[in-house]
Amino acid sequence: MDIEQYKIGKEPFYQPQGDEVALYEAAYAARLPVMLKGPTGCGKSRFVEYMAWKLGKPLVTVACNEDMTASDLVGRYLLDREGTRWLDGPLTIAARIGAVCYLDEIVEARQDTTVVIHPLTDHRRVLPLDKKGEVVAAHPDFQLVISYNPGYQSLMKDLKQSTKQRFAAFDFDYPEAALETQIVARETGVDIETAGRLVKVAQTARNLKGHGLAEGVSTRLVVYAAQLIRRGVDPRAACRTAMARPITDDADIRDTLDHAVDAVFA
Amino acid sequence: MSKPADARQRQMHHPQVEAWWREMDCGFAQVADVFEECLYEALTAFSRKEMDDYVAAAKHLSRLGRGPEPVLAFLEAWPSAAAAVGAEALADVMAAARALQASPNGHAIAPFLQTLAPVARRLGSREQLAFYLDIARDLMARTTGSIHGRHATIASPGLPAFFRQAPQLVEALPMAGLQNWVEYGIRHYGDHPQQQEEYFKLALADSRAVLQRERHGTLFADAERRLDLTLRALWRDPVPLIPYSTAYHELRQPVPYYDRLGMRVPDVYDERDGISGLDRYRAALAHMAGHRRWSTPQVADNWSPFQRLAVEFLEDARIDCLLMREYPGLARILLALHPRPAPDACDPETTSCLRHRLAMLSRACLDAAHGYADSLLNETVAAFRAALDGGVASTSRMAELALAYVARTRRHSDQFARIHFDGTVVDYRDDNRQLWKFIEEGDEEEAFDAPRQTVQDEEPQGLPPRHYPEWDQATQTYRPDWVSLYEALHPPGESARIDRLLEKHAALARRLMRLLDLIKPQNKQRIRYQEDGSELDLDTAIRSLIDYKCGITPDPRINMNHRTSGRNIAVLLLLDLSESLNQKVAGGEQTVLELSQEAVSLLAMAIERLNDPFAIAGFHSNTRHEVRYLHVKGFSEHWDDTVKGRLAAAGAGWSTRMGGALRHAGAALARRQADKRLLLLLTDGEPADIDVRDPVHLHADAKQAVGELAAQGVDTFCLSLDPKADAYVQGIFGKRHLVLDRVEQLPEKLPLLYMALTK
Repeated sequence: MDIEQYKIGKEPFYQPQGDEVALYEAAYAARLPVMLKGPTGCGKSRFVEYMAWKLGKPLVTVACNEDMTASDLVGRYLLDREGTRWLDGPLTIAARIGAVCYLDEIVEARQDTTVVIHPLTDHRRVLPLDKKGEVVAAHPDFQLVISYNPGYQSLMKDLKQSTKQRFAAFDFDYPEAALETQIVARETGVDIETAGRLVKVAQTARNLKGHGLAEGVSTRLVVYAAQLIRRGVDPRAACRTAMARPITDDADIRDTLDHAVDAVFA
Repeated sequence: MSKPADARQRQMHHPQVEAWWREMDCGFAQVADVFEECLYEALTAFSRKEMDDYVAAAKHLSRLGRGPEPVLAFLEAWPSAAAAVGAEALADVMAAARALQASPNGHAIAPFLQTLAPVARRLGSREQLAFYLDIARDLMARTTGSIHGRHATIASPGLPAFFRQAPQLVEALPMAGLQNWVEYGIRHYGDHPQQQEEYFKLALADSRAVLQRERHGTLFADAERRLDLTLRALWRDPVPLIPYSTAYHELRQPVPYYDRLGMRVPDVYDERDGISGLDRYRAALAHMAGHRRWSTPQVADNWSPFQRLAVEFLEDARIDCLLMREYPGLARILLALHPRPAPDACDPETTSCLRHRLAMLSRACLDAAHGYADSLLNETVAAFRAALDGGVASTSRMAELALAYVARTRRHSDQFARIHFDGTVVDYRDDNRQLWKFIEEGDEEEAFDAPRQTVQDEEPQGLPPRHYPEWDQATQTYRPDWVSLYEALHPPGESARIDRLLEKHAALARRLMRLLDLIKPQNKQRIRYQEDGSELDLDTAIRSLIDYKCGITPDPRINMNHRTSGRNIAVLLLLDLSESLNQKVAGGEQTVLELSQEAVSLLAMAIERLNDPFAIAGFHSNTRHEVRYLHVKGFSEHWDDTVKGRLAAAGAGWSTRMGGALRHAGAALARRQADKRLLLLLTDGEPADIDVRDPVHLHADAKQAVGELAAQGVDTFCLSLDPKADAYVQGIFGKRHLVLDRVEQLPEKLPLLYMALTK
């Protein structure tokens, strides 16, 4: 097994918003499972990457989707010429090699899938593979991290209490304007003033959350806009392409965002 | 100079004017009083030839036998009108006046000439004026009545009112819009003199509604949501927006303001100086939002009106500067809308120039490239900039600056009654009523009048009316808010009657039930690609086996499951309850109403069995002002005694105005979550109402309503009991209709029809 492929080679850029780095380190020291909550594109995945790099542990990431079954996580038997062969799933791999296993957007997976993580997330720290008849004891370095976006607020897309109550939770949100400006500037290399304006446009869109917009403009989209500007795109066109158009099809909202872009970029 | 008894002999100061006066040969003393002054004004603009034409035209008007008004109006109006449309247009104007004189509408000449000057100024060209005169002539020709159809003898009731309103109308409407507005009035009020006059006076709700529809510019109603979103997104200040009307105050245009109920903005903004109406709204909202964010009310008891004016100007400038600092892009809009007064536009010897000075100051505060040389102004601007540098300053600091500026630039002429207004009005700014607080209420505090008692209106019964438009086939437009629809719960009656009716049809009911069991949802739906399921899905299993043989990872989802699929149809049965339902069925004792009740009962029973969401409502109408929409059964109610009672009590009366009822029922249905939405209309006749003479009109409206509903995903189906329905029903409902020739079959047919439709 090539563990190196799961290691993070270069330091990812992560700008702490508070004491989350120290808190995470403490949680990891106690091997507590961690849940990251927050709107899309606010830096959850980047944070996990950064922490895995900082702790020097491999990181196994699984993007959850609704077609995912329990065997996609733990592994399954395959048939081959000699007969059957067991293939570990990503969760099992992470438990064996002592990686940080990051289940992204866990609510997308069906609820019967999510319960397979339960034995790994309490004092037992084991993963029973019932089809194989094996109980994998988690490596001492293994830690489980899940992320989810409570903004969906769909009755179908929520975590069960029995799942929720196994995690230490971190709340993420879009950073303060000044901090977000720094992040955008640092991540993309645009000047501070442009970054500040981009953040201002993003904030106007965030004010519309719940009034026609399900989610505001994420930091990720702001970064995209900044990257377009770095490639020589006109700032207004970049804002429209990367920030206004992706989040809405509503003509009135699009019009309002365009006005905001014009108002911010004189 | 003593005035001779005969005005013809009146002496004029200037010999040439006197010659013209002799030429006029006019005996009206009132005309003689103003003649010389009018001629002096005309002399500044007209050539010799044009002067002669002017006097000749005036002479003609004085000979019409209509008193001094026409000629007085003409003498005063023409010089300024000619400045706008050119003196050659005189021929058009005189032709129009002669046409009026030749018809019974001579009394409209005076109002025509009285409003000519403002109309011409607004229109600005001879072609536009000719267009306006054509519209007026068309109105005259079509509303002038005749008794025996040969000679026009009755004056047009609407024409004088039209001329009086003309300045407002041309201000608000483009010429094509004016034509539509006039056309609408002629069409709908052509043969109702009193209402016609009120329409052209803008006294009818209708005429205002049509005016609003035809206006140019950005209407508030069209932009409301975008403005709400703008306030929320840019200013995080979601206050309600309330429009006020701009159409009826020609002289005193209200300005935006805000109070505790919300921000008041005009109902329309035209494009101006390259700034779109929408952006003008946004500028006004931004300014008010700025006040709400940064302004603090000042105690104003000890300040004179001039001082308050100065504080307002400077405070407004501060707000605008802060707005532009917050959103630099607003500068383009604000600077384009803010006037740029020329330094020498106002003569301080004759006019009060305070407003002019303050407008220049305000411009200079906003616009670094103002170019004003006045040192005191520049000093104040520098102080203003310093105050704002690195902070938001405050209203009181602005007040200090403003009071100092006003004191240092004070002039004696500031007190003059003649105030220079041109180019000093910043129209996106509000009236600053929130900027002041007064410690004393006023001088009238000691009045002992009892507070005025207002008579409380009685609470209206029932729900307020809903308004629906009606389609006008002739003009291919909607008549806005034309139909008033009153929605109410049908009064209850004796439910046992319905049970008795059902008993009578017991055999039919049993047969229906058997049929229903057959169409009850039984079809199973296969869910494939399941890892665990009730059966092996052979197709995918074989595919997986092949994958496995080839050494590719096989898909383990080789099972399938089953699920019974449910019906998802929402139905609304709309009953026509017009008077004709009281007729007896040919060859029977029962009325059509009773048969309908039987049929509806059977249908309701059937649908209840099928468990489809189902509602029943009835409607009838008594002119467009009263369409009644009666609830019999709601979607969430069951087919129980309450509902049966309401159905039993259903009575028939009045007419069948279908469009409004269809729209209302369709709106209720469109809100339902369902795969299919069916509006089933049971009627015994064509759409008709006593206030509509043209039968085609209501047909066209019903057809339009059906089309609207189809666009909303509501299918309409009509079951007609009118044997003559073939003539029109296809035109309204297309293929979705059924004409039942033998009405007595209705109880049997209706449920079967429903089953056939929804199978």
